[in-house]
Amino acid sequence: MLDRMHILICGGAECKQSNSVEIRDKFKSEIKRLNLGDDIQTALTGCFGLCALGPHVLIYPGETLYSGVKLEDVTEIVEQHVAKGKPVERLLFKGNFDRSKFRNRSELTFYAKQTRIVLRNCGVINPLDINEYIARHGYEGLGKVLTNMTPEETIDEMKKSGLRGRGGSGFPAGVKWEFTSKSVSDQKYVICNADEGDPGAFMDRAVLEGDPHSVLEAMAICGYAIGADTGYIYIRAEYPVAVERLGIAIKQAEGLGVLGKNLFNSGFNFKIELRLGAGAFVCGEETALIASIEGERGMPRNKPPFPAVKGLFGKPTNVNNVETFANVPVIFLKGADWFKSIGTEKSSGTKVFALGGKIANTGLLEVPMGTTLREVIYEIGGGIPNKRKFKAAQTGGPSGGCITAKSLDTPIDFDNLIALGSMMGSGGLIVLDEDNCMVDVARFYLEFTVEESCGKCTPCREGTKRMLDILNRICEGEGTMNDLDVLERLGKMIKDSSLCGLGQTAPNPVLSTLKHFRKEYEAHVIDKVCPAGVCPNLTNYVVLDNCIGCTKCARNCPVGAIEGKVKEKHFIDLDLCIRCGACKTACPVNAISTKPESWEEV
Amino acid sequence: MKTLEELKALREKSHKKMYMDGVTRGVRIQVGYGTCGIAAGATPVYETFVNEIKDLNLENVEIVKVGCMGECAFEPTVEIIESNGSKTIYCLVTDRIASEIVEEHIMKGHRIDKYLLSKIKR
Repeated sequence: MLDRMHILICGGAECKQSNSVEIRDKFKSEIKRLNLGDDIQTALTGCFGLCALGPHVLIYPGETLYSGVKLEDVTEIVEQHVAKGKPVERLLFKGNFDRSKFRNRSELTFYAKQTRIVLRNCGVINPLDINEYIARHGYEGLGKVLTNMTPEETIDEMKKSGLRGRGGSGFPAGVKWEFTSKSVSDQKYVICNADEGDPGAFMDRAVLEGDPHSVLEAMAICGYAIGADTGYIYIRAEYPVAVERLGIAIKQAEGLGVLGKNLFNSGFNFKIELRLGAGAFVCGEETALIASIEGERGMPRNKPPFPAVKGLFGKPTNVNNVETFANVPVIFLKGADWFKSIGTEKSSGTKVFALGGKIANTGLLEVPMGTTLREVIYEIGGGIPNKRKFKAAQTGGPSGGCITAKSLDTPIDFDNLIALGSMMGSGGLIVLDEDNCMVDVARFYLEFTVEESCGKCTPCREGTKRMLDILNRICEGEGTMNDLDVLERLGKMIKDSSLCGLGQTAPNPVLSTLKHFRKEYEAHVIDKVCPAGVCPNLTNYVVLDNCIGCTKCARNCPVGAIEGKVKEKHFIDLDLCIRCGACKTACPVNAISTKPESWEEV
Repeated sequence: MKTLEELKALREKSHKKMYMDGVTRGVRIQVGYGTCGIAAGATPVYETFVNEIKDLNLENVEIVKVGCMGECAFEPTVEIIESNGSKTIYCLVTDRIASEIVEEHIMKGHRIDKYLLSKIKR
């Protein structure tokens, strides 16, 4: 269940001194006293960065910020704001926090730079009303195909469009359709892969929630082209809203006769069923997905035979991803030539990115292929908050790699990303800044693949586990230079010898960070220092020469490890220091650093 | 559905309804209702619109749940589309702001600048 309201109380060191813990407890007891329900969350958060005016209380939804809240104000906030929805005007934060200008600017560049094909209806139509989809030329592509085109012409049009699979590897969709259409069989299937598993990717969910009919229409077109009469959508059960809306969409489409028997009097029948997955990452791999639909354990098998020859229940099957399908109706509505005119020569059309991490405008955006990363991050994404420096962008989730500042101006398309040692993947784009430790980032993704490895083949099951052991060792300060070589060798071996795409790409985050940020690995191994200050065992705080001697750090240090006179440079006793970072947060002039003196960002 | 003509007729009918063709003063309120919107509090916002429009007995106002508009960081978002073609996007909307939008924007026709995501015409 989703919580109705979140009350965030600043738990930074300064606010804690002003009773923020007691304030949190009072919020809890007042909510209980007034019986306002148990779907209101209260939590202590990190410092809001406005310490002089604390303690702060931030209430969602609405992002209402109160400052200087005292214990005796809590009852009023709960009675007025929480119970009746009326903000307590006298306590509202009145500083320079005007976000209206920022909103306007972000808005203009945010949409103006985009080309929305996949997301054309998201946020525009009511997904629960098929008539609104039809009002925007929905099912006309299908009608055109069924009344005016042969299956061969349909496949030719797809091939001409140059649409490449958006699920990860970028295989041309038209060619895939052709393979399946050429397999001879009494029964064929279409599968929509909606098992979106990359951490940080949520574009498929947005399409299914906002525009479910576009996927249904595309599956029917595909069914006609390859000669299938049944389609399955394999979707993860963690997407309850999408599952519900798809179910309603299928019923409405059947009711109107755009799915079912003898569509558009062409004699073509097509039905679609939903299959829910339990959320295993490996089930996004097509052979594992097929096994899961069949009721088997979700494990990949050797290819060939490809699903186009021997797929679901042993019959020829075409598997495409949600975003790929969402492009199809438009291709048939506006023509392959129109679609080909967007994007680059070898990657036509657009790509949806789920922007996350250290970025101002977290969200979904769709840009023509060939847009540069700089445009995506700085113009559409609104840049990196808090004036931090860009370090890398991680694309392709646990199968992908990092793109560094050097490559910010490379046009993004399938081939360029592979040349950079990353991959398009499903389109998760995580922005990392100088406060992210690249070893830790690689470890995060590897932890994910170790957890999600199905265990069928040894290189993936054992190899990734051993790589993770090494990374853990490095992060704890016990790594050796030999470890780096072993990581590289092991990574290459796993890539070459794993059974499926999951294993073949699992070492990518490690190999790519090793390639671009080897210095940072070496700092962990040789100097026993984590320059970003993330790995606790390897973080050393030092006071820089620009210290103004304000004594704030010393007053905030919970263990009294900082010494120094007023207006003189302070010093940290590293033997006493517990690496909590309170001093760094408190310092008004950024004079406390975790980076060694000689450190230069790559 | 048997012919393309049948589909096109339905399209025209739906298009008229959706874009309020022939309505002198109509309003379509679109509430961003993807998982991101719901998590940010779109439910009370949607309910406020439904209740207020019902209480005030306003005609030619349609309230629709739509999918994610992409600005997940600024959810809940509400787009007001009027029969004269003007479009307004409000962001970080709460139930209180929703009432204000009904009172000022829908009833009096005054855009509330401080809640705007922007004023763009697509």
